[in-house]
Formats: sequence, C-alpha cells, structure tokens
Amino acid sequence: MSSLATNLINVFGVLFAVLTVAAVLVYGERRLLALVQDRYGPNRAGPFGLLQIIADVIKMFTKEDWIPPFADRFVFILAPAVIMITVLLSFTVVPFAPGVEVVSLNIGLLFFLAMSSMGVYSVVLAGWASNSKYSLLGGLRAAAQMLSYEVFMGLSLMGVVILAGSFNLREIVEAQKGMWFVLPQFIGFVVFMIAGLAETHRIPFDLPEADSELIAGYHSEYSAMKFGMFMVGEYIGVTLISVLIVALFFGGWIGPVLPPLVWFVLKTSFFILLIILIRGSLPRPRYDQLMSYGWKLLLPLSLLNLVVTGGIVLALG
Amino acid sequence: MIVVFYIASGVAILSTFLVILQSNAVHALLYAILSLLSVAIVFFSLGAPLVAALEVIVYAGAIMVLFVFVVMVLNLGPGAEGQERVWLQPRTWTGPVILTLVLIGELIYIFLARPGLALGGPAIGPQEVSLALYGPYLLGVELASILLLAGLVGAYHLGREPSD
Repeated sequence: MSSLATNLINVFGVLFAVLTVAAVLVYGERRLLALVQDRYGPNRAGPFGLLQIIADVIKMFTKEDWIPPFADRFVFILAPAVIMITVLLSFTVVPFAPGVEVVSLNIGLLFFLAMSSMGVYSVVLAGWASNSKYSLLGGLRAAAQMLSYEVFMGLSLMGVVILAGSFNLREIVEAQKGMWFVLPQFIGFVVFMIAGLAETHRIPFDLPEADSELIAGYHSEYSAMKFGMFMVGEYIGVTLISVLIVALFFGGWIGPVLPPLVWFVLKTSFFILLIILIRGSLPRPRYDQLMSYGWKLLLPLSLLNLVVTGGIVLALG
Repeated sequence: MIVVFYIASGVAILSTFLVILQSNAVHALLYAILSLLSVAIVFFSLGAPLVAALEVIVYAGAIMVLFVFVVMVLNLGPGAEGQERVWLQPRTWTGPVILTLVLIGELIYIFLARPGLALGGPAIGPQEVSLALYGPYLLGVELASILLLAGLVGAYHLGREPSD
C-alpha cells in the first residue's frame, strides 16, 4: 500500500514539478532574454512582472480556439496532444534522486529515444493537417531536421551506455560516483546538447517555425490552447534535455553536502539557463548548412567517439 | 501480462485493418503507426523489451516518418481520396479475403494441433540480445549489414547529380 502511495506521489510530484518549471520558463525566458539584450522584458504585472505567467495563461485559455475549415480536423487536434504526451512520458524514466523516479526501466534510455522519435509526428502532422503552404514547409523541414539529428542523438549516448554498462538511467547515474561522464565523454556531451537543441527545435535550430520566412511554420494556423500546447511542449522539451544532460553526463543527484534532489535541481537549472542564453546569442543557420553540419560533422564525430570509447573500454578490461 | 498481450494484439489487428480501409493516405499512416506501437507492446508483454524499444525507434519513429514525409511532398488533395474510394470496391476484396481465409484456417489448425503454446517466459534484457547477436549470430548480422550497405550505395547512385 505504501509503495503505491509513494508511486502516486512520485507520478504527480514529477508532473507538477515539470509543468511548474514549464510555466516559470514562459516568464523566465523572456526576462533572461531581455537581460541579455539590455532591455526590461515583462515587468508590469505584479512584482518583477511575476504575474505575467497568470496573465499569459488567462490569455491562452480565453482566446478563440479556431480550427480552420480547410484543415484536417482530426489530425489537427491530434498533433498538439502528441508532443505533450511524448515529452511528459519521457520524464517517467528519469531518476531525480534516490527513490524519486516513476519507473526504473532497464531500457530507460531507449524509451527516451523512442519517445523523442514519436515527438516528430506532432510537428510533422501539425504541418500537414493545417493545409497551408507555410505550415507544410515547416512540417517538411521539421521531419528532415529531427530525423537527421535523432540519428546521432542516439549514437552520442552510446558512449555513456558503454561506460555504465546499462541503459537504465539510475545505474548510469550511480556509475558516475567516481567521475562525471562529461570528462571521458565530452564529445558525446557536446553532440547530445546540439542534437537536443535540434530536437526541441529552438533557436538556432528553429527552422521549422522560422518566423521571418514561414510566419510561424508548422503552428501558423494554431490558436489559443492548441498553440499553447506547442509552446509548453517546447519548454518541457528544454527541461527534458537539461534533465537528461544532468543525469547522463553530470552525475545526476550526486554531489557533496546538499541533499540529492537539490543538486539535481541546481544542475538542471544551470542547463536550462544555458539553453536560454544560447537562444539569445546564436543566429539561425541556412537549411542546407543545418543538414550538412549534421551529417558531415556531427555524425562522423559521434561515430568516432563511439568507436574510440568502445576500443578503450575493451582494451582496459 | 497476458491481458496486455491480448489487448495489444487486438489493437494491432484492428488498426492494421483500418490502414487498408482508409481512403485518406495520412489517416492510413496514422493507423499504421498505431499498429506498430501495439506490436511493440506485444513484444514487451512477451518479455522482449529491447525489441519493443527498437520497434518504436526504428519502425514507428523513423521509417513511418519517412512515409509521412513522402505523402506530404506528394500533397494529395481531396481528389486522391475520391480516387482511393473508387479503388476500394467490394469486388477487389474477394481475392485477398480468400487468401486470408486460407491463412486463418492454417492458424486455427496449428492452434488445435499443438495446444498450450507458451505465452510469456523470462524477460530478455539488452545484454542477452547483444551477446546472442554478436556471438552465434554474428554472420547473420554481417550479412544484413552488407545488404544495407548495398542499399545505401544504390540510393547514393540514384540520388547523384548527373555529371554532364
């Protein structure tokens, strides 16, 4: 009975925490970007503009939820749900601290990769169902970009799997007691970070929604909470990538003095902030640059990393 | 787990039927994805989590995305849907239905002749699968990779720009 209770607490705790972080990011990202660009950002609603979150939520819920008559109704409604479901499901395999995780799956890392490859459908189907040329172009770009970057997203993580000898995220974190995997797997970390940014299609990889070329890309036709789902899905995606970087490369909850959960939250916050700062500082590449960068640089790099790591592990033991 | 198995396989069969019956290409693909996902759950319930994960990553997550991609590029309008409906006449069904009935008959015969086929069994983790693949079945893996390499070279040849 008590194990059921802890399970329920874990499930709802994780859901609550993740959605709260996503809500705070709606405000926090704008404030931080404003700081980088030497302006104020939202600072009118409440102290430091903190009530901006509530104002945004009210706005999202009360706007007209319009489904274009030319759209494919069923798929149009399905698409925003897919991204929320897949991203939130990915959090089930993440160990936040000893005992704080929803499920300890022996294929945990593969489960995350599977969910992120299902997340592609959200963007692609949204682009197709909207039945507008900008959305379609955005969807096409998203399909090619996410499919390509998924390949070496998986490959870059295999070095970690070799070192830890497991796909289970808990065991991967526990294998980092002596040394964080960022040191032996620095290339893996860099490639995973870049691929993660591309998977969540944020600047500099936001070509599927490039506002200056495609209006808003795949979600041009979306309004109200359906658009909100895409936006929140993106923030949860950023949180997910940060959480995984921490668990896979930066020792998860491991750290001195402070309690494990605090360490995890601190490390995760650092990477969330880093991703926001990257958005504030990098321009968007051209589409062919994006593709050749991925296939000609990152793929060989992650393959090389995998081969060298495997070779060293074999030679040492 | 047995309940999970039967529900998932039921969903798989139903969604595969719907793939054929849909006249809209993208809706058909959605059902195909659903079918692959339920097959993954079937694998999982049979104690093969690695195969289940690979089923989702490779088939549902990569190959089907390419199908959706191609359908998007073709940009089929409502006209194509009408065309599909014309093709799905009842008399086109007779041949496939007869052949399928033969297969179902065989399946029923097998089940009756060999009752008590075991469902479930121990779960096989990623390590065991890898050891089997790169141990006794190494030749098979290598042959498959040669086949894939040949396919890759062929695709590269077809996609190459004409040199004139």
